[in-house]
Amino acid sequence: MYTERARCASSYWLTLLKSILVVIAGSVALIALMLALLLAGGYPVQTALFALWSGSVGSWYALTSATLVRAVPLMVTGCAVAVAFRAGVFNIGVEGQFLAGAAAGTAVALALPSGGVLTALTALGAGIVAGGLWAGIAAVLRARFGILEVISTIMLNFVALHAVSYLVRGPLQEPTHVYPQTSTIAESIQLARIPGAGRLHVGVLLAVAILLAGGWMFRHTAAGFRLLAVGENPAAAESAGLINVARTTQRVFVASGALAGFAGAVEVLGVTYALYENISPGYGFTAIAVALLAGLDPWRVFFSATLFAALEAGAGAMQRDANVPSALVSVIEALLILAVIAAQTLRWRARRSSAVVDTPLEVSR
Amino acid sequence: MSDVVGPFLAAAVRTATPLALAALGELLVERAGLINIGLEGAILAGAFGSLLGASAGGVMGGFAGAIAGGVVIASLFALFVVWLEADQIITGAALTLLSVGATGTLYRAVYGSTGAALTTPTSAPYPIPVVSPIPVIGTAFFVQPPITYVLYLLIPLIAWWIRGTHAGLALRAIGERPEAAEVAGVRVRRMRVVAVLAGGVLGGVAGGTLVLAQAGTFAEGMSAGRGFIAIAIVVLGRWNPLGVALAAFVFGAASALQFAFQAMGWHAPYQLFLVVPYLLTLAGLAGAVGRARPPAALGKAL
Repeated sequence: MYTERARCASSYWLTLLKSILVVIAGSVALIALMLALLLAGGYPVQTALFALWSGSVGSWYALTSATLVRAVPLMVTGCAVAVAFRAGVFNIGVEGQFLAGAAAGTAVALALPSGGVLTALTALGAGIVAGGLWAGIAAVLRARFGILEVISTIMLNFVALHAVSYLVRGPLQEPTHVYPQTSTIAESIQLARIPGAGRLHVGVLLAVAILLAGGWMFRHTAAGFRLLAVGENPAAAESAGLINVARTTQRVFVASGALAGFAGAVEVLGVTYALYENISPGYGFTAIAVALLAGLDPWRVFFSATLFAALEAGAGAMQRDANVPSALVSVIEALLILAVIAAQTLRWRARRSSAVVDTPLEVSR
Repeated sequence: MSDVVGPFLAAAVRTATPLALAALGELLVERAGLINIGLEGAILAGAFGSLLGASAGGVMGGFAGAIAGGVVIASLFALFVVWLEADQIITGAALTLLSVGATGTLYRAVYGSTGAALTTPTSAPYPIPVVSPIPVIGTAFFVQPPITYVLYLLIPLIAWWIRGTHAGLALRAIGERPEAAEVAGVRVRRMRVVAVLAGGVLGGVAGGTLVLAQAGTFAEGMSAGRGFIAIAIVVLGRWNPLGVALAAFVFGAASALQFAFQAMGWHAPYQLFLVVPYLLTLAGLAGAVGRARPPAALGKAL
């Protein structure tokens, strides 16, 4: 008993240590990459890097109002992707589920009398339900008809996008019918800001709680074990583990969508206060990068989400001050993912050739 | 009525052309058993490549640049997925991200930070003698830029190649039973690389079409989801070239309807039309309109 607890404790420290090492290695790789690209483009390196620093983590204001505000949706959507991928569910519909959650959250927040916390919670709940249902469509299509979720979630992303476009020009449009967006939600429903932390809202606490719970579930619960078993080897999980693979897969899919929907509702209630077409600058897709860099571990998603958020916050400053295109960030994110998958597959090959049975990070396999 | 229907159909064909080109490329990739969601990136790279090529060598230079752009992204996909055996979806997503970033960065680096509208030489519609004067049909299908006529030729050509040639049979085999094909002597990896590169060529040309035959300029992110739409088209077209051509037309018509409605001054929620093709695709997959069956090995690694 004692040794078991000691082992658990040491594994926490190991995870933390690993995470910190990954963040340091990631940051070093990132800065090296950034330097190389800046030099190649002939940009003023010193000005650019200073802007990157001061725009992201160089001041308390930048850290809270720019970086962490951006990190909240990435943490939650990153967790949504991590959970799904770990179970072998290829949910690339997080973007659409995020939009579904944002739309439902806005609709409820606007429709209900502004009753403060209770209304806010109902709106968040609506986001969770909408995201879950949106993913549920793809889950049912996969279970009933064997439709690849990659394909169905791509379709559902488009449907969600057009649906939001319709809502903000139709039923949910603001009363003057001038702008393609909804009215602003009542102040009493808006998520409270954390005192002394600029624009940072309490949603960040919810996001961190979700990540903590997610990582804990993977490590310590039967549900988490079932999820991992199904993702690693569904046939073995079914036959040797007596796990209902179909049911587990479906539940994970819906849970992943619910998380994404929650992220959408939080974004509306905490940041934008209204629904409009471009409410997500591709969070659902960045989330894939965030989850991968975190090795699909919710705890490590905290670090990768913050890293990517800092990068994007800094990129804005870099474009302003040093005229460096902010699209450079996408190049860096993409190269990071490619490096991670190259490293993983090469490591897997090395292991396979030494005849150790192991599975790599493979999702569509 | 014909003064409405003709232009509407012409607009549908114009919108469908790049979609059909990209979808035919993705069709080859998917028949080989792979899903390349980096197609979006290949289209964008093709669009940017055509801008570079066109400023050096006119329309033909533009299409050469477009092919080069698409092939760059496709080669990376082949390198990671076929050679490194990395996950297809993750690789595709990363490559799309890479293409969005790289074209945006290069565009601003090469053409200045203002993003001023650069115009490229464009390929004008070329009315085909004899058939173009036919009412409605003529204006709709035969007063189009030459790339559309290339597409008309590619559709039966690819259909014949897949169904009627030895190589086409091998392609289908590796998409259904790669292990069996391997045993039967098909070089699965090499075939997959070729399919991916062909997909890159067509994706790049689709991007080139956007610049050279439609917009006459490049804009950041101008692929605007067409790569993903093309994947939907392959599914709706049930993985065969004629079906893909029809499906591309359906998607083209849905978005042309939007402009037709605006031109007629009708206030209709056009988003509803835009959604229809996606719902049709899902319904098709679910067996509501006959069963669409993907290649058996689709998305699975060797």
